[in-house]
Amino acid sequence: MTTAEATKDLVGRGNREGAALFRDWFVELDNTAKTGGLSAYVFVMGSLNEILKTFDLPVVFPEINSLQTAVRRVAHEYLEEAEDYGYSPDICGYVKADVGSKLRGGEHPMGQIPAPSLSVLTNACNTYIKWAEIWDRMYGAPTFTIDIPGTRQAGGQTWRGDPDFEADRKYVEVQLTELITVCEQVTGKKFDIDKFREVLTHANTMSRCWNRILELNRARPSLFNALTDGTIFLGVANGFRGTEAGARYFERLVEEMEYKAAHGIGQTIEEQYRLLFVGVPCYPIFRRFNELFTDWGGTFVNSTYLWFASGGTNGGFQYDLADPLASLAEGVLVSTRDAMDAMFHQNEVLADMTEDFDIDGVIYHPIKSCRTVSTGLADSRKHLTEQLGIPSLFIESDMMDRRVVSEAQMKNRIDAFFEGLASRRQALAGAEG
Amino acid sequence: MAYAAGVDVGSTQTKAVIIDEDRKIVGRSLIDTGANVIKAAESSYVAALKQAHIDEEEVEYVVGTGYGRYRVTFGNSQVTEISCHGRGAVHLFPDTKTVLDMGGQDTKAIAVNPEGEIVDFCMNDKCAAGTGRFLQAAAAALDIPLDDLGPLSLRGDKPVKISTTCTVFAESEVLAWIGKGKKIEDVLWGVHQSIATRSVGLLRRVGINDEITFTGGVSLNEGMVKALEDRLERKLNLSDDSHYMGALGAAMFALDHVMTGRAPVGSVTS
Repeated sequence: MTTAEATKDLVGRGNREGAALFRDWFVELDNTAKTGGLSAYVFVMGSLNEILKTFDLPVVFPEINSLQTAVRRVAHEYLEEAEDYGYSPDICGYVKADVGSKLRGGEHPMGQIPAPSLSVLTNACNTYIKWAEIWDRMYGAPTFTIDIPGTRQAGGQTWRGDPDFEADRKYVEVQLTELITVCEQVTGKKFDIDKFREVLTHANTMSRCWNRILELNRARPSLFNALTDGTIFLGVANGFRGTEAGARYFERLVEEMEYKAAHGIGQTIEEQYRLLFVGVPCYPIFRRFNELFTDWGGTFVNSTYLWFASGGTNGGFQYDLADPLASLAEGVLVSTRDAMDAMFHQNEVLADMTEDFDIDGVIYHPIKSCRTVSTGLADSRKHLTEQLGIPSLFIESDMMDRRVVSEAQMKNRIDAFFEGLASRRQALAGAEG
Repeated sequence: MAYAAGVDVGSTQTKAVIIDEDRKIVGRSLIDTGANVIKAAESSYVAALKQAHIDEEEVEYVVGTGYGRYRVTFGNSQVTEISCHGRGAVHLFPDTKTVLDMGGQDTKAIAVNPEGEIVDFCMNDKCAAGTGRFLQAAAAALDIPLDDLGPLSLRGDKPVKISTTCTVFAESEVLAWIGKGKKIEDVLWGVHQSIATRSVGLLRRVGINDEITFTGGVSLNEGMVKALEDRLERKLNLSDDSHYMGALGAAMFALDHVMTGRAPVGSVTS
């Protein structure tokens, strides 16, 4: 294969294959809905896919379903459906879009969504608990809540070997054992430890590859857009965690990124400013939001979203197949705790990211729909600006609700931010030259 | 003599300023923006040229700013009003460290360096509470000319507490206070204090310094100046040209280009 042919084959392959996997996933869900098959409802932070896949349960991520309605510009239909039913405009847009879909009998732009046979959630987000209660009332399916101990003191985590950590790990492991029993009851299948190890092996591959991909994006120019491309990767990381298809996808994605790095192939624009995104994307104007930055040569090279929404791949945790359940408990504990900490104790991680990825500016995107992920952002910005002198921009909109996304106001702030970056760069160049 | 111009197309009013190569204002104009933004920009520019007694050909570079900056069809480039207010404020008050720009639908707190470049900025969210629109709503509710609001408010001695954060609901609240028998002056003083409180909140986010320059249309309102100065416990920098600060800053960027060939920091098309 010539270099040109290799480039054509490899560059953009992750996006193409990710989109194809996504379609396959929703075809499976559509078939499940139409045939009355079993399905498990799960959430991004602490999905427990590893156990559910062992039982061959198709997984439904209502958060992903909801954001898909926004990306496809029909979220308002679902939000209004839920609001007409009586849900407040002020609550989580993901919840309302899901409720809207449920009120329409599971209708979704990507296909029919099956009703839950089981809902599995953690306490990573308080809305998860209330959301699952809605399904409980609607469908009467069993709900299994896993209580994950959070960080005990501000920013002070414990790790393997520490008595507190071991107690927490054991606490999670016992709950996982109970979840397995519930899965056996729902599916009528016995838990297969060999299959479980196989699932964990695939999950290990995905986590390892995920870390590698993020690491590769330190390249200059950066290889992929952490906001737009990254969201495709996240979808596969969540929906296909623990599957052979997911592992294969990420191995091939690493191959693509290593090729791009070796050949100096960056994003589709000339990189002028390297940006770090903090928060949840603005899905109602997903592409346009990104363009407001790329118009100035700004590229997103990393994102906290790739960290707290990566469904357990964050940190690259590797399961120990010799003691799989205990190891899964540790992984779930660490990754879910980490996702929770991403909202409240992110200063050090952000500081490291700005250095490792040679960041010119940080974009904070608090959202009206989710106070949980937005609350600490003002403090974080203050820290970054005052302690580290890193330019940052604070723009508030929403992840779902177009009614509170003002593109003109957003553009004004973004333009001013880049004007500031340009002045700063001119001044630095003047001082050096 | 070389000339440069700045045209600030705001949500309520459009301002144009022409400066000469000594950075002296030789022409200025202000008109209501109205529905035709392109025409407003043109009319304002023509009026400023007329006042400056120069022809359009004599102006070597024009920078558009404000929400309608991309509608300044004769402009050579565009810079946001955030950068322009910072630049204009430091030109008139060189010690300025923070700028408070209060316009028709935005209030902005801008931290600047000695060159007038943006260090940080913060704006009101999507809601127009705390902006000129809030005052317009109060004026409409009380059927008082906008220009009379400030002087009347200064006669208030027992300000009411305006609790709503919504401009539309503020109108109802103002009427409710009047209905309860409160004096118009006290209600208006309460409205001004409410806006000042929100503005100081923005200023805190970028850092309150000794040298704060107050710009934008609302800076002409003496009641607002008093409410802010009371709350900040310091005097604000004010100029007769505060209203034109965005256009002045735009003209300064334009003159940079004329004198040095350096492109303004903006210049990204919509």
